[in-house]
Amino acid sequence: MTETLIPFDEVIEKFDPALGLEVHVELNTNTKMFCGCPTEFGAEPNTQVCPTCLGLPGAMPVVNGKAVESAIRIGLAMNCEIAEWCRFARKNYFYPDMPKNFQTSQYDEPIAFEGYLDVDIQTAAGETETYRVEIERAHMEEDTGKSLHVGGSDGRIHGAEYSLVDYNRAGIPLIEIVTKPILGTGDKAPLVAKAYVAALREILLGLGVSDVRMEQGSMRCDVNLSLAPKGSGVLGTRTETKNVNSLRSVERAVRYEMSRHAGVLLGGGAVLQETRHFHEDNGTTSPGRVKSDAEDYRYFPEPDLVPVAPSREWVEELRSTLPEPPAVRRARLQKEWGFSDLEMRDTVGAGALDLVEQTIAAGASPQAARKWWLAELSRRANDMGVDLSAVGVTPEQVAAVQALVDSGKINDKLARQVFDGLVAGEGTPEEIVAARGLEIVSDEGALSAAVDKAIADNPDVADKIRDGKVAAAGALIGAVMKEMRGQADAGRVRELILEKLG
Amino acid sequence: MSDLTRKTAAELADALAAGETTSVEITQVHLDRIAAVDGDATAGVHAFLHVDVEGALEQARASDERRAAGRPLHLLDGVPIAVKDVLTTQGLPTTCGSRILEGWVPPYDATVVTKVKAAGLPILGKTNMDEFAMGSSTEHSAYGPTRNPWDQTRIPGGSGGGSAAAVASYEAPLALGTDTGGSIRQPGAVTGTVGVKPTYGGVSRYGLVALANSLDQVGPVTRTVLDSALLHELIGGHDPLDSTSVDQPVGGLVDAARQGATGDLAGLKVGVIKELAGDGWQPGVMARFQETVELLTELGAAVTEISCPTFVHSLATYYLILPAECSSNLAKFDAMRYGLRVVPDGDPSAEAVMKATRDAGFGDEVKRRIMIGTYALSSGYYDAYYGQAQKVRTLIARDFTAAFEQVDVLVSPTSPTTAFPIGEKVDDPLAMYLQDLATIPANLAGVPGISVPAGLAEEDGLPVGFQVLAPALADDRLYRVGAAVEAALTSRWGGHLLEKAPVLEGVVR
Ligand SMILES: [Zn+2]
Repeated sequence: MTETLIPFDEVIEKFDPALGLEVHVELNTNTKMFCGCPTEFGAEPNTQVCPTCLGLPGAMPVVNGKAVESAIRIGLAMNCEIAEWCRFARKNYFYPDMPKNFQTSQYDEPIAFEGYLDVDIQTAAGETETYRVEIERAHMEEDTGKSLHVGGSDGRIHGAEYSLVDYNRAGIPLIEIVTKPILGTGDKAPLVAKAYVAALREILLGLGVSDVRMEQGSMRCDVNLSLAPKGSGVLGTRTETKNVNSLRSVERAVRYEMSRHAGVLLGGGAVLQETRHFHEDNGTTSPGRVKSDAEDYRYFPEPDLVPVAPSREWVEELRSTLPEPPAVRRARLQKEWGFSDLEMRDTVGAGALDLVEQTIAAGASPQAARKWWLAELSRRANDMGVDLSAVGVTPEQVAAVQALVDSGKINDKLARQVFDGLVAGEGTPEEIVAARGLEIVSDEGALSAAVDKAIADNPDVADKIRDGKVAAAGALIGAVMKEMRGQADAGRVRELILEKLG
Repeated sequence: MSDLTRKTAAELADALAAGETTSVEITQVHLDRIAAVDGDATAGVHAFLHVDVEGALEQARASDERRAAGRPLHLLDGVPIAVKDVLTTQGLPTTCGSRILEGWVPPYDATVVTKVKAAGLPILGKTNMDEFAMGSSTEHSAYGPTRNPWDQTRIPGGSGGGSAAAVASYEAPLALGTDTGGSIRQPGAVTGTVGVKPTYGGVSRYGLVALANSLDQVGPVTRTVLDSALLHELIGGHDPLDSTSVDQPVGGLVDAARQGATGDLAGLKVGVIKELAGDGWQPGVMARFQETVELLTELGAAVTEISCPTFVHSLATYYLILPAECSSNLAKFDAMRYGLRVVPDGDPSAEAVMKATRDAGFGDEVKRRIMIGTYALSSGYYDAYYGQAQKVRTLIARDFTAAFEQVDVLVSPTSPTTAFPIGEKVDDPLAMYLQDLATIPANLAGVPGISVPAGLAEEDGLPVGFQVLAPALADDRLYRVGAAVEAALTSRWGGHLLEKAPVLEGVVR
């Protein structure tokens, strides 16, 4: 089916978008939501299971207290109210990857509700605009198993020869965070959606409650979108695009659905209330299940669990131990470090904020810390295809390398060789300098001899310098540095050359 | 001594402690008794769905070795027990009386089974029941009915007819049952045995295949009140695997039973529940009930009539809450992971396999309750049915609270009738449901109840049960009152009521 897509500018002229985001976050608790099974990612299928998470007859759930604590901390970080008393509920529907054919979730009594998150976006003009995204609720639930459809063309159930189910994921604690409809974003809708998910991800990382790896599915985003005629103030029919699993995809999915909805509406059609699949390869969506209002999960309170009633004392204790909100922390650090907006944005964008902070704490200057992580080490991480934090160099080591530069023992160029040695695990920066013989030679005799040799080897260049063409000294410096295997202070070499030829 | 099967569990424990017998001997005579009288779906008591001869004897040998070494695990170490087939047993089939679980062998033990094993009680086998505990006659078992040892043309009550009949026919001294609306107490009443539904949460439900989670409770099925107390103390207490289990130790039940057996109920205040008696109740049942109430007065209790007006709504409330919960509980039986799998011809979808399996695997009563429950939970009907039922449930609990402000225990007949003929009510669900009229309120409110034998009805010569109800966590009162009634009546009858039951002849296969 070919869709009529309306150019984005035209969509904005004629329609107001309404966004809604539902984000599922897998908590990084050691054990599952309702049993003692481990939650480690990537184990052999169906090895992290027990009677409870397999839904065997007679087995019962017990709530994971750590998961409740994480849920409360998330709620507090999103400025939510925390329920004084709430229950789990059964969401009944049949599907082979649901061991009990009901999901133990929360329905009308979520653990956290009525919050907000302020998110910043950068306009084309370089301005920062802040949008307040209101949070309707955050509730606890369990993940389902994972179906693997074998033999079909696209891994979907249709056309598959057979299906396998891995229940390792069944029962992993999930928090679902649901926004209220986000209105008034206009042409910024795709950016606000992306910025919200990014900000949420940052908060969760700061709380340490989830790995939030979108590519591994530990954070999954459903994007709801509807369009209404410009200025009408009504809400249009929405679609729910499932499992949009990268920040870039969130932006693209919103943009695509806006263009597609506009195409349907301007063509005189009606948007179908349905779930849609997002395709990472071409940025489009395709229809999934039609969602009727009659869809009925027959929710009722889970009778096998006692209510969750967090005491106010506990909630306040958790509130008092919340980390500084990421936006507040960024502003504080930028001020402390004297970074420009651009420097700060690059640092955050490279995922280097914590690393730079730790490097500074270990004694390096802010600019030196930024320089090593954003230039040298980011390039290496990129080449290695790993996160910056996994590049094999610690903040303490970076600070130690910079200390060697500051003391004049090595220069920036030699420092790069020290990083080679660190990545190769050759020891401390000092050990690497010693083992590799990287220390700058301060022996004037050796240096003087090398300069004499360079002058002798390059009589033409020497003559030019004698004639006053000081710029030609560069060629002799290069020859000396080569002779000294880089272990010389280039400034001192220049002085010597000019002295001898002056 | 010729008949160890006639001894109570407490007597067997004493005999073991005195070295007069062995667990192997005790276990073997019960296995022999089962072989002689239990029969199968077509004849005999048919209390058992599965008998574990080898396993029981092996556990008995281990028990004897422990005792010989001077290290018995528990007072009841070596005394065999039967387990209702709704409780999971590692390595032993667990069918819940349903085709859909035919052949399923659980990989884990229910907590009560773990406790029984840890105390050294050999498990004789698994007892018959109405499919998924839905019924009051054991006729809804997919594997054929259990027959009442008093009259094998009659029902033994349900859903736990198997456990009650096993104990009543001396196939086992002890059994475990489960009670959701009377499934321990009503079979106890109609077979002349003792059955206890503990306080909700008093015994772990982990490994009990749920009928209705908010109503289910595991409890003892025995021939004497003291035996129930011994078993209750063994299985009770908090279980970290069941967060709805009460977080306090169980105790004082055996002491209460021994104290009650002295026959002194001076100072006890007893309330006769006005709503659970009267028109429509079998005259012989009412006669035995009245006599027992008078007996309480003779023993020193002060008896008054108490009205619990909301109890008349118990049945309607129960038949909304129970189907709602069970419709969801039974969804897991979908042929994907265990149990029966029916694969239709052609290239069926997972959904088609689920449908065909559930159609073939569930009996009519189960399907009926799944449909009622699904309807009651549906959006647009939830408030009118499930929501309303929960409100009435709260009112019923309040009636109990108010009553227990005036009296220590409440009493009623356990069941409106004695055992009825097999087949009489099987096509009339409402008539069947009425069997649990007197037992259901306790489940809705979570309070404990006991049924003890009160004699035989004149018109049919069949056992009548006397029910005692106590406030939550006051299970000890059941044992005090139950044991007092038992002691007085036993001496009046000159022996246990079961001695009046016909002698079972061996089944000819
Ligand atoms: Zn598990």
